[in-house]
Amino acid sequence: MALELYMDLLSAPCRAVYIFSKKHDIPFTFQFVDLLKGHHHSKEYIDINPLRKLPSLKDGKFVLTESVAILSYLCRKYSAPLHWYPPDLHTRARVEEFMAWQHTAFQLPMKRIVWLKLLIPKITGEEVSAEKIDHAVAEVKNSLQLFEEYFLQDKMFITGDQISLADLVAVVEMMQPMAANYNAFLNSSKLAEWFMRVELSIGSGLFREAHNRLMQLADWDFSTLDPVVKEKISELLKKSK
Amino acid sequence: MGLELYLDLLSQPCRAVYIFAKKNGIPFELHTVDLIKGQHLSDAFAQVNPLKKVPVLKDGDFILRESVAILLYLTHKYKVPDYWYPQDLQARARVDEYLAWQHTTLRRSCLRALWHKVMFPVFLGEPVSPQTLAATLAELDVNLQLLEDEFLQNKAFLAGPHISLADLVAITELMHPVGAGCQVFEGRPKLAAWRNRVEAAVGEDLFREAHEIILKAKDCPPADPTTKQKLMPRILAII
Repeated sequence: MALELYMDLLSAPCRAVYIFSKKHDIPFTFQFVDLLKGHHHSKEYIDINPLRKLPSLKDGKFVLTESVAILSYLCRKYSAPLHWYPPDLHTRARVEEFMAWQHTAFQLPMKRIVWLKLLIPKITGEEVSAEKIDHAVAEVKNSLQLFEEYFLQDKMFITGDQISLADLVAVVEMMQPMAANYNAFLNSSKLAEWFMRVELSIGSGLFREAHNRLMQLADWDFSTLDPVVKEKISELLKKSK
Repeated sequence: MGLELYLDLLSQPCRAVYIFAKKNGIPFELHTVDLIKGQHLSDAFAQVNPLKKVPVLKDGDFILRESVAILLYLTHKYKVPDYWYPQDLQARARVDEYLAWQHTTLRRSCLRALWHKVMFPVFLGEPVSPQTLAATLAELDVNLQLLEDEFLQNKAFLAGPHISLADLVAITELMHPVGAGCQVFEGRPKLAAWRNRVEAAVGEDLFREAHEIILKAKDCPPADPTTKQKLMPRILAII
C-alpha cells in the first residue's frame, strides 16, 4: 500500500505535510478526515491514531503522528533537497529551535484567534467579548514580533538564503487566522516580504490549493456541524471558563 | 571559549540538558541562572537570552534556546551513542514524535502541577482554589495515561528497547509533580518500572544530583515582596 496521509487542510500542521509532499512529488493517498464532520472521532480513525489528532502518516504498518516528526521522516525517507533540513550543525539547530518554540508560542495564539473570532460565535451563537479578542490579538502580535526579532531577523528565510521546514511550518500557522479575517502578514513589511518569498518558493498554485478550504471556512454552514463535535467543543469551552 | 550552559535545575528542560551533557561526558561551563531569585530577568542574562528563559547553550558566538534543540545539537556535535537519537528512520521518528507531542501536553501538566500545588501557595503566598488544583491534577492524570498507553505501551523505553532523548525529556518532566508531592507512579506499575529503567540507564548518582533541587521544592522559602512582584507577571503569563 502506498503512503497514506490522514489530513484535513483546515489544520495548519496538515497543510505543512500536504505542501511538502506535493512539492516533492511524494506519492501518497490523501485520506480525508473531516474535522467538521467529526471523523477524527470515528472508530476507523481512532484505530489509526487514538489521540484523534491530525495529521497522521501510515507507511505500511508504520503509523506516525505529529507534523514535525512526519516532516522530518518525509525529508529523510525521500531525500528532499538539503536546504529543507540542512546538515550544517548551526543551521540545523536554528530549524530545530523554531520547530520546538512554535508549539506553544506560535501555534496556540494563531489558533485562538480563529476560535474567538469565528468558531465560537458561529457554533454557540454567542459573541466573544472584545476584551478577550484584544488579548488574543495582542498575543499574536507578540508572537509575530518575537518571530521577526529572533528567528527571521534580517535574513531572507529563517536559516538564511533558502526556505526550510521552519519557514513552511511558520507560514501555515500564520495563515490560520486568515479564516477569521485576520491577516498576520500585515503586521510588518518584513513579514509581508518574507511571506511572498515563501509562497513563491512553494509555488503559488500549490499554496493557494492547500489553503482553499481554510479560506472558505467562514462561509461554511455551521448548522450542519456534527453534533458530537459541537458537544465536545461546548465541553471544552465550559472547562476553559 | 568552550561550551557554556545556562541552567537552573529547578527547571525540567534544564535537567534533561544537564543529565545528557554529564552522561555523555560533554565538557561544559555551567552558569546557574537562579529562577527563584529572578536572575533570568536580569539585564546581564538578557544579553545571553532576550527571551529570558532557560536553558540556553552558548558555543562560542553561537547561542541556542529550546531544550529539544539543545539536546539535538549536543547529539549531532558530540557523536553520542546511537540509541539517544537513532539513525534508523522509524526509530528516530518515534523519538521525534514524542519530543513534539510533549510540549503542549505532559510538559504543560507537569509545570502546572508544581505551580498550583506548591509554588503558588508556598513560594508566592498565592492561594490556589481546590477546583483549579483538581483540574490541573486531572489533566496530569490524563497525560500520564497517554504516556503509558500511547507511547510506552509494552516497550522497555518510549521509543523502543533502548533509552533515548524521549525518555530523558519525559522523566525530567515527571519529576516536577513528584517534587510537588504528587504520587505519579503510584498505581502505575508499568510507568514505575520504566522510571527505574531510565534511572538505571542514566545512573543513579547523576539522576539524584540533577533532581536534588526539585525534590526540595516544597521547602522553598517564601519570596520576599520585591522578588514576588518581579516574578508574578511572567509566571501568570506562562502558567
